[in-house]
Amino acid sequence: MDAQVENKYTKNDYRGLPSTLCQGCGHNSISSQIISACFELGIQPEKVVKFSGIGCSSKSPTYFLNRSFGFNGLHGRMASLALGTLFADTSLKGIGVSGDGDTASIGMGGFKHLVRRNMPMVYIVENNGVYGLTKGQFSATAEKGLMLKKQGTNPYLPVDIAMEALVSNATFVARSFAGDPRQVKELIKAALSHNGIAVIDIISPCVTFNNQEGTLHSYTWGKDREAPLHEISFIPPRDEIMVEDFEEGSVREVIMHDGSLVLLKKLENDYDPTDRWQALRILEDAQRNNWLITGLLYINPEIPSLIDMYDLPEQPLNRMTQAQLRPQKSVLDEINALME
Amino acid sequence: MNPQQKDIVNDFCITFATVNGSGSQTANNTILRALFKMGIPISGKNKFPSNIQGLPTWYSIRVSKDGYLGRLEQDDVLVCMNPASFENDLAFVNPGGVVLYPDDLKQPITRTDITAYPMPVKELSRAADISPALRDYIANMVYVGVLAWLLHIDMDEIAHALNHHFRGKQKAVESNFSVAQAAYQWAGENLTKTDPYRVERMAPLDDYLMTDGNTAGALGSIFGGVQFVAWYPITPASTLPEALIEFLPQYRKDPLTGKNTYAVVQAEDELAAIGMIIGAGFGGLRSLTATSGPGLSLMTEYAGLAYFAEVPTVIWDVQRVGPSTGLPTRTAQSDMTMAHNLGHGDTRHVMLIPGSVTECFEFGWKAFDIAEHLQAPVFVMSDLDLGMNQWMTLKFEYPDTALDRGKVLWEDDLEKRNGSWGRYADVDGDDIPYRTVPGNLHINAAYMARGTGHDTQAHYSEDPQVWETNLNRLVSKYYKARDLVPQPILERTSGVSQGVISYGSSDPAVIEARDLLRQRGFNLDKLRVRALPFTAEVEDFLREHEVIYVVENNQDGQMAQLLSQEFPALAGKLVKVAHNDGLPLSATWIVKTILKEGE
Repeated sequence: MDAQVENKYTKNDYRGLPSTLCQGCGHNSISSQIISACFELGIQPEKVVKFSGIGCSSKSPTYFLNRSFGFNGLHGRMASLALGTLFADTSLKGIGVSGDGDTASIGMGGFKHLVRRNMPMVYIVENNGVYGLTKGQFSATAEKGLMLKKQGTNPYLPVDIAMEALVSNATFVARSFAGDPRQVKELIKAALSHNGIAVIDIISPCVTFNNQEGTLHSYTWGKDREAPLHEISFIPPRDEIMVEDFEEGSVREVIMHDGSLVLLKKLENDYDPTDRWQALRILEDAQRNNWLITGLLYINPEIPSLIDMYDLPEQPLNRMTQAQLRPQKSVLDEINALME
Repeated sequence: MNPQQKDIVNDFCITFATVNGSGSQTANNTILRALFKMGIPISGKNKFPSNIQGLPTWYSIRVSKDGYLGRLEQDDVLVCMNPASFENDLAFVNPGGVVLYPDDLKQPITRTDITAYPMPVKELSRAADISPALRDYIANMVYVGVLAWLLHIDMDEIAHALNHHFRGKQKAVESNFSVAQAAYQWAGENLTKTDPYRVERMAPLDDYLMTDGNTAGALGSIFGGVQFVAWYPITPASTLPEALIEFLPQYRKDPLTGKNTYAVVQAEDELAAIGMIIGAGFGGLRSLTATSGPGLSLMTEYAGLAYFAEVPTVIWDVQRVGPSTGLPTRTAQSDMTMAHNLGHGDTRHVMLIPGSVTECFEFGWKAFDIAEHLQAPVFVMSDLDLGMNQWMTLKFEYPDTALDRGKVLWEDDLEKRNGSWGRYADVDGDDIPYRTVPGNLHINAAYMARGTGHDTQAHYSEDPQVWETNLNRLVSKYYKARDLVPQPILERTSGVSQGVISYGSSDPAVIEARDLLRQRGFNLDKLRVRALPFTAEVEDFLREHEVIYVVENNQDGQMAQLLSQEFPALAGKLVKVAHNDGLPLSATWIVKTILKEGE
């Protein structure tokens, strides 16, 4: 069944303000896929809260989901802001958009602790290896030896965001490439169904400052080097699955917490995304061999999320009344008596 | 006893010198509570090192029939259990004072003007029927018993206090009490009292209770409906969130579902702690963190965001001595100017300044009402002395006003307005805009909060006029807090031309100093500041007096600076009476300093 048949929304209901990022920026393409993913899932726009830090990527939440609340906060501090907000109403879905500077440099601590707590939200890193708004400095994900106009040669080894997420016990880790919109969209859909932290590291070329042919965060390199682990399709819980569409044995299924399915169609090798050890190894291999491995690297839908640990009522905390929030006078009398 | 010597009753200072981590807290609290239950006004101050075990620590109990709670600089009765600090401690005993010491102490008692009583600590604690592992802890009960005999502390009250301390755990109560009892008996049979110090039962202190400011702040927050707490451990603030963790499960289950109406998250640092509470505040929750100077420094950038994006939240600063790591276990009032302007750019914050443990409770719930009404962060400025020491304090009063959630629009409200509203539009002319919170499903509810320049619709804007209009409104809104914050407490005598300003934990010493000065013919009107922005009464006080002494526990005279900044034309009248050495101010220091200035 086509997901869009039941959808009472049009794609326009998910649009944002016009982008002020550069023409051809990978981030714009990711914004489009966020719009498409939410539209195809028929998510009520008001049920989403957007978060970002500071940087080009962090501007982008303005350019999608205009009917969703959002907070464009401080540089590197998106994680804590999102965590606090999402406690207010646990039926809301959080989508965070951060950059490589925002996450892998100034915000590394917050990022890793959000991951370790398994905060249920989508955490997208629009990773271009460069600081755009401050005009082209190296970021922590820039590869060693990268040459930039005013900066010279990068002397440091890069941070691998997907690996950082994995070693911090993330329950959903994916990598994608802005030049592969279908994969980006399917991963976002799967991430939105995940009851836990869902980290998607998306290589998103900066056409202005870091798009030299053959470098790690460029369109050409991504196009040449992208090695998808599988072809990913997301099936919402309400849709019937046409198993006959797939050749037997060629598809791996992951059942999500909400009953939806992630179908991973085998490409060259069968990759098991529930094996954390294999995920770490493939990232290591990718680093050594200069591959851009994309797809769902790791998933574990069984781990309780941070919110699950708090025994909160279904009624959102931010709709509670005085009768629920202020104890009776007799309670204070009791306390006074205890301390007298 | 010397026949000419008059008894000194209910008016002296006892100091216990012990080793950190040796379990003396139980013994000290027992004596404190026993005295309190005898109706004698007391205050207890713990002077402890930044250390887990081994360094010297002191606990002072002031008994004061007149109800003075400030610190005394000298001791009258010294209980010295720590050979390492003995010599120094001895020097702080007033002439005619008393020292109690374990009889196996090697050091000579070099003072001949004091009375010394040895105590057979080892012998009595060995005789007790308890496991050797607990023997060192229970050894402190020896001085409880000897002191009770010496000062006439009622042993029944000692038993009650132990019962209170161990929450009725009979075995612990009995093993401790038996040692105290044996020591009491030993003292009666072996000592001859030759000193003048003793206590006498007074009228019961029925209107009072005994606790610390951090516990009171936590309880006040619970009655203020706190819903989200994020914190990072730091002395001397940690016991506030720890009290929340203890009490929230008891008092804040949802009456309908039995589920939690709150969440507490221990953050990875103070940057995250404040980020979380600002996120929660934006989400429409009553949120709180508690920290101290170093943590507050880290919170600077986020505090500016909360001011500018107009997010309500409550930040407790339990102040300690800085700069830098400073003296982590000592008290100060030295974050006043920093907190007031915390953030880069033009920023100013509303601050509440509790001057008693009871006010820690009261301001605990009020802070949320003010924060949500104003849509701004509110800082509660406590300190180590108030926050961590035990105080006798007036019983807590139930909040007399309903929760003030401020101008929050829900679906129905937006429907009535046909969805027309602007997040930062001052439609009521009171500088306070309306807000919506995530979860509001109205099609026009959402907006994008941001730390960047924004117009009335919360859209990004770099327009110079939009920027300045907005920033001016924020200042104007700050002054609106004058009608919301606790008013200062004024004590006037007619015809007095000089005044004193106090605030926070320095107030007890100022109350006493004012009485001492009056006895010397020097009358001062007094104003206790309880909040910023300063209200009209503060300005009037400055106008109506020729000289105003501003007493505070810091080096720079930070309250005097804040007053000078607000009232530059009156600043010449202000006399800074400020110092900090890590200890609470004493009345004698204030008197000395003011008299010198007054010459």
